[in-house]
Amino acid sequence: MTSLRGRLVVLLVAGAATVLAALAFSSAVGPQPISFHAAFSGVEPDHAILLELRLPRALLAAVVGAALAGAGVALQALLRNALAEPFVLGVSGGAALGGTLVILAATLAVRVLGPGAALFSEGAPVALGAVAGAAASAVLVFGLSRIQGHPVPETALLVGVVFNAFASGLITVLRLLVPPEQAARLLYWLLGTVAYQGGGTILAGAVGVALTLALLVLFSGRLNLLTLADEEAASLGVDVRRTRAVIFFAASAATGAAVALSGMVGFVGLIVPHLVRRVAGPDHRLLVPTSALFGAAFLVMADALARLLFLPLGTEPPVGAVTAFLGGPFFLWLLRRSGRPQAGGFA
Amino acid sequence: MDVRLVSFRYGGTPALEDVSLSARSGEFVGLVGPNGAGKSTLVRLLAGLLAPERGRVRLAGLDPSSAPRRQVARLCALVPQEPRLTWPFTVREVVMMGRAPRQGLLALPGPLDHGAVEGALRACDLVNLADRRIDALSGGERRRVFFARALSQEPRVLLFDEPTAFLDLGHQVAAMRMAQAAARGGLCVLAVLHDLNLAAAACDRLVVMSRGQVVADGGPAEVLTAERVREVWEVPVWRGENARSGAPVVLPEL
Repeated sequence: MTSLRGRLVVLLVAGAATVLAALAFSSAVGPQPISFHAAFSGVEPDHAILLELRLPRALLAAVVGAALAGAGVALQALLRNALAEPFVLGVSGGAALGGTLVILAATLAVRVLGPGAALFSEGAPVALGAVAGAAASAVLVFGLSRIQGHPVPETALLVGVVFNAFASGLITVLRLLVPPEQAARLLYWLLGTVAYQGGGTILAGAVGVALTLALLVLFSGRLNLLTLADEEAASLGVDVRRTRAVIFFAASAATGAAVALSGMVGFVGLIVPHLVRRVAGPDHRLLVPTSALFGAAFLVMADALARLLFLPLGTEPPVGAVTAFLGGPFFLWLLRRSGRPQAGGFA
Repeated sequence: MDVRLVSFRYGGTPALEDVSLSARSGEFVGLVGPNGAGKSTLVRLLAGLLAPERGRVRLAGLDPSSAPRRQVARLCALVPQEPRLTWPFTVREVVMMGRAPRQGLLALPGPLDHGAVEGALRACDLVNLADRRIDALSGGERRRVFFARALSQEPRVLLFDEPTAFLDLGHQVAAMRMAQAAARGGLCVLAVLHDLNLAAAACDRLVVMSRGQVVADGGPAEVLTAERVREVWEVPVWRGENARSGAPVVLPEL
């Protein structure tokens, strides 16, 4: 048996190497072949294609993937079930609704206060709305799925599905209230795309996501105990309510940031933690940081492969469509597996 | 450990009424009584998981329901009736969880933690199973793991909620021996028990509860009379004595 520290180092190095490889692959893929050597020596157009188009896009996918995988691990610990995930539980839907409401409010403010208020339909206010929406929906979904004080996973998943339908219906209605050009942008944003964000937004998003992931890493020892019964965790020294509130906040903030940056990208938080758990085991001190790294690599690769496959068609699908295409069947497979008696809750 | 005139109710239903009880280090106290007598409620109050409505609970001078959870967990360990695990941690990982109240936020184990875990694994005869996944163990082996987790907490008070439920005779005896050994080692041990004969054979003292009250408290021989068992459990019994140990034996008359 190797020590926890040793295993952590090996997993982190492997994860970081995978992220770097994925970033390099994604940067190399595209309609225009480029040379890294030329790009780094400042030769155009290679330089511009790499630094202004491909690398920002790959980095954005990395930030979003890390956030979603980290949020997935946190929600799985809270629900004590491997099927929990921001998209499936309606947390992403809540974030999208929160962001949409801010955009709508900004549109109304423009009508009342003049064009200066358009500022509120961008960046930070939308992100804050998304975080608030994520937190509200997480509290709602978990609150409605508690029976005698314990969250019941099946109920939470059902409530999540219903909440998603509710949120997307509401967003469809709200979209009718904004100008057509903005409505089109809203639609594409919500589909889940990593294509259009500036460097400043990506950097701000990266800082926010890094902070929430750091919070999850700090609390990862307690996440292990939270997966026990509440009273058991309390008897091992965990202030269950306060700790749960912190984890809720971190998961919501990560999901909100991811949705604000790239819309609804589903199933990353389901696929990645499951695969990482197979290698790293169930210990959250390993699972949280390793899942974040492999989540980053996963979404970068998903985006790159989608672009590569659709290259002959001269178009590209939003990355949310790719993860849904992979994640839907994966979710069903996990569901079937966890239904088997001998697998129990150990899916 | 000291409980003075404690009352508690769930919603409007009274569960405990003016219960008083105290126990010293090195003592193994068995808490017996019919279902719904308030035994588990008393254990929860002692562990600080519930706060009393009236009266006071003290563990080594500390109020377990208002003190910081980590501080309580360093003083008092609870072996739950139905421990639950969502994910298949290994035996050693589960036992290491008992060290959480002594570790920092990141919960990285130090030499003291490893020492306590190895000691607990040895005391519970789990050394050979240490790297097995917990879901691959039998029910009796799994019980031992949660007992070892409680030992690795290095508490002064050890609480058991039905440590022998669903175990075969061999594992029941093993569980009682581990609890006895913990008491000999200077811990204050309190166990909710249903098997009166096992309780009488193993415990230094028995506390009988009925309808939220303590109705008897003392040595097994003086507490377990045929009349009391008949009154409290509403079952006619034959009472005898183990000729070698002098422990009382009660058998239901069907």
